[in-house]
Amino acid sequence: MNKKLSRLFMLVFGLLANMVVSAQEAEPQMADIMRSNGKIYVVVAVCLTILLGLFLYVYLIDRKINRLENNKD
Amino acid sequence: MKKNWWKILSLLLLVYTIVGGLLMDVPRLFILNETIRNLYFHVCMWFGMMILFTISFYYSIKYLRGFNLRNDIFAQQYAAVGAFFGILGYATGTLWANYTWVTDQSQSLGSILKEPKLIGAAIALLIYGAYFVLRGSFTDIDKKARISAVYNIFAFAMLFPSIWIIPRLVGSLHPGAPGSDSGNPALNFKDIDSRLRMVFYPAVIGWTLLGVWITTLKIRLQLLKDKSLINE
Repeated sequence: MNKKLSRLFMLVFGLLANMVVSAQEAEPQMADIMRSNGKIYVVVAVCLTILLGLFLYVYLIDRKINRLENNKD
Repeated sequence: MKKNWWKILSLLLLVYTIVGGLLMDVPRLFILNETIRNLYFHVCMWFGMMILFTISFYYSIKYLRGFNLRNDIFAQQYAAVGAFFGILGYATGTLWANYTWVTDQSQSLGSILKEPKLIGAAIALLIYGAYFVLRGSFTDIDKKARISAVYNIFAFAMLFPSIWIIPRLVGSLHPGAPGSDSGNPALNFKDIDSRLRMVFYPAVIGWTLLGVWITTLKIRLQLLKDKSLINE
């Protein structure tokens, strides 16, 4: 568990250090590695899951208010 | 049956925003690097806020023309969701600035805190914060609605000078300030890259529609609560 955590920290710090270094290089450095090994799709999947969850939540509230409005009338 | 197509449109546009926003090509820029993709999220919060505040302003005027409490509820809820979008925009802006504005030794936290765009946005949000304080401090419903509608018009009048005009009269690190080569980012067709525009405009519409949807829910709840007060 601890090992995993420290690895995660290393990864995060590595990424941050990358960002800082990239500002000084001749060619603007982009996250090309993330794109070439396909890991970017993981990020897209996570963001889409959150977005769909949020929309489902708002939809359920919408339906609930619909029911409330119909009951009162 | 109410028309719900725009809710589905909002979902589709936001799915496109995330997929296209993370996967499509963006211009390769120094300092900004991949963070230019924040344009689809951070900037959209501010655009959404401005649109929601404009709707709130419209309903405040409408209230003052006929003193229908229904319009006051509309104005209040649009301002509430607009302020929420503004807080999200501010929070994301601090994150973004933290990694892109402090680029050399002469720029420190101190130089960021003096940033006119940040101060202006804070002033605008605080003015709207006072709107809710004002609303909460009345016990008489009609007086509350009247005075807060007038105040809302004042708050809207202060919004654009404090977030757009003043930061552009003085130097600023934020795009759009004098001295930077971007004249009017996001809106000027010559400045913003066409690759960014393909996602940015749908993103603005998508986020704004989501905000409007949430606001309609809040309005409907409030109308249910205040049913006895409103004579339709």
